[in-house]
Amino acid sequence: MSCCSPSADAAMIDRSRTANDELLLASHDIGGGMRQNDLSVPTIHCGGCIQTIEKALDSLPGVEQARVNLSARRVTIRWRADGTPPPLIETLRAVGYEAHLYDVAADSKDDAVAELVRALAVAGFAASNIMMLSVSVWSGAEPATRDLFHWISALIALPALAYSGRIFFHSAWQSLRHCQTNMDVPISIGVLLAFALSLYETIHRGPHAYFDASITLLFFLLIGRTLDHVMRERARAAVQGLARLGGRGALVIGADGGPTYLPLNEIEPGMTILLAAGERVPVDGRVLSGQSDLDCSLVSGESAPQPVCVGSMLQAGTLNLTGPLAIAATAAAKDSFLAEMLQMMEAAESGRSAYRRISDRASRLYAPVVHLSAAATFIGWVAATGDVHRALTVAIAVLIITCPCALGLAVPMVQVVAARRLFERGIMVKDGGALERLAEVETVIFDKTGTLTIGAPRLVGGGPIDPDALALAAAIASYSRHPYSIALAAAGPARAGAPIAPDHVSEYPGSGLEALLGTAVYRLGRPEWALAGGESLPSGAEMASVILSKDGRCLAVFQFEDRLRSDARKAIAALVEGGLAVEVLSGDREQPVRQLASALGVSHRSQVSPGGKTAHIVASGRKVLMVGDGLNDAPALVAAHASMAPASAADVGRNAADLVFLRESLLAVPQAITVARNARRLVRQNLAVAVGYNAIAMPIAIFGYVTPLIAAVAMSLSSLVVVANAMRLGGGRGKTHRQQDSWRGNPSSPQFALSDK
Amino acid sequence: MMDFFYLIPVALALGAAGLATFMWSLKSGQYEDLEGAAERILSNDGDKPIVEMRPPPSGRP
Repeated sequence: MSCCSPSADAAMIDRSRTANDELLLASHDIGGGMRQNDLSVPTIHCGGCIQTIEKALDSLPGVEQARVNLSARRVTIRWRADGTPPPLIETLRAVGYEAHLYDVAADSKDDAVAELVRALAVAGFAASNIMMLSVSVWSGAEPATRDLFHWISALIALPALAYSGRIFFHSAWQSLRHCQTNMDVPISIGVLLAFALSLYETIHRGPHAYFDASITLLFFLLIGRTLDHVMRERARAAVQGLARLGGRGALVIGADGGPTYLPLNEIEPGMTILLAAGERVPVDGRVLSGQSDLDCSLVSGESAPQPVCVGSMLQAGTLNLTGPLAIAATAAAKDSFLAEMLQMMEAAESGRSAYRRISDRASRLYAPVVHLSAAATFIGWVAATGDVHRALTVAIAVLIITCPCALGLAVPMVQVVAARRLFERGIMVKDGGALERLAEVETVIFDKTGTLTIGAPRLVGGGPIDPDALALAAAIASYSRHPYSIALAAAGPARAGAPIAPDHVSEYPGSGLEALLGTAVYRLGRPEWALAGGESLPSGAEMASVILSKDGRCLAVFQFEDRLRSDARKAIAALVEGGLAVEVLSGDREQPVRQLASALGVSHRSQVSPGGKTAHIVASGRKVLMVGDGLNDAPALVAAHASMAPASAADVGRNAADLVFLRESLLAVPQAITVARNARRLVRQNLAVAVGYNAIAMPIAIFGYVTPLIAAVAMSLSSLVVVANAMRLGGGRGKTHRQQDSWRGNPSSPQFALSDK
Repeated sequence: MMDFFYLIPVALALGAAGLATFMWSLKSGQYEDLEGAAERILSNDGDKPIVEMRPPPSGRP
């Protein structure tokens, strides 16, 4: 491998080779000599895309079948395993779709939703049929008919209870075994006792049976639980569909001297790794040959690219920008920087007190009250009348009427609606508990690079820039993928006149670009390299600057600055207005952090190590929302009370965060907090409704006036009230109009008022 | 009274048939891609679904 490759082509070939190997590594055998790959293609959006993609992929040799899933934005491809993998990603890129590998093997929790839907279907079938029979009983069927109907109801209810109810029974049993109660304990006891009593009544030809109540209860509760899981599933799928930033493996020089592609966990210290430009460093290592620039923003929070040369130590996770490198691995993947972060995350996780969901806390108070009052009713009736059967019937009626149907729906319904509102704004919520914690935060801590800023530099007008020089620089810069070059190329055309085509451009990794135009030699890069003639630096040229020179004479100085994420100012203003403290905590140098923090008017800390971030959050003693994107933020994300990450975050951080926002605007943070606080208000209202309902229904039940008809009506009614209340969240206020508002980021709209009344 | 002997079984059988159909449609992956299904009716091409989207747990190379 040469140390300065004359153009980027060699690196590009290298890159597509590894991509093919990666494809093979990610595929799985489905039998019959076929392999299957799943690709995530986020830009699929219509029926036309389906046809384009399927046609393009189906025509590739070796591809048996390609199928687009429009809802999941995914493509499943089956190909014959006898040859090399077909160029799937390249083909998709050629028809205009960016694709990346999707790990289906990691996708296993799907089964929980499918099981819940099946249980829901069975419960729905049983509930509707039993209700049909019950209505005729309530309408005054003759005793013989009534008994027959009760028997038929029992026959339907028994298998339905066994099939659909086991989800609750299992969870309740788990909880009881650990000497705790959760919402499923009173549910299970209520449902089972109601069924047992009804069976007893049926056998003894009694007038009242509660089969309908117990099955309808299951049905309603399963609706809440299924929605909860669907919401989680959806967020998980969306987050998983984002591009993996780390590779699955690396190109290693084998014993025979030829390169082989090895999975990450098979790389051992001492191996030589070939790293093309545009790839991330797989494990910690030392540079053997080559020169390049590294983007460390995800690892250390440093915004300016760092030059590396022979002998430099590299941290896993940094991005190689300009030149190919040969690296000697100094640590296995399990001992690399990433693994260190994972250990710190585990430590932070175990240090954090477990959060108890609102519904669990409510049921902790609720279950003893209900069970004690049922017991008291039983004793009271035995004492008053001496009729044990009658006392038992009334006590079980108390259990049924107070069974937390509304309570079980009250929390999940609100959270599902809240997740849906956030989903519309491009914010994914991992689970309902995250929303509850988000509503409680007192301090918001931002990471700098990649979170408050885009993580990509932008040309700033430090001094007057000659438009011709800029156009020339932009033309040269378009040959490189260094962040400064990309920024220059982007700044060029808007201000320039006629296009300039340099004769020959070569890139010197770690230094800059050299272009030949006629007989003149132009250099665009580091000041000391571009001005090799010995001319002194012009005043004002500081660290983050690039110089364009002609035959060693300075033509222009360009300065760069990391660009603020759009609406960062508005977002911070909205947070402060909402009564939250805002801080910036960065691993970057003092100067850029101070500059940014003072521009935004918030307090800051710079050069904080990953462990320092975690310690700061723990030491603050407040409920912190951590917003960060880097590997170095991952332990802090776990340690914080709630956490958010942008879609561009490192894989580990993105998976650790409670919420992930997909759009660029930082207004996602105040929006999420507003929705979470509104959701908390509605949850409290719903709990109040549920408690109020019990306060009215319980006395009626205790005095023995409850019949199956009253139980069914009361239960359905309270559930409907709770569901209707949940729907109020963000609804009925001109949704589409407001949605556009939020996209454009209008801070004056009341949606951003962080009030919690 | 005698009417019940065939009316109720008929009602239950119809409900059970509906339930079984739903279970079958769930299992055969018909709810995997609801948006895509809506778009696909407009295209003329063959439309063979890929059933069994989940890989076997240990089928990796």
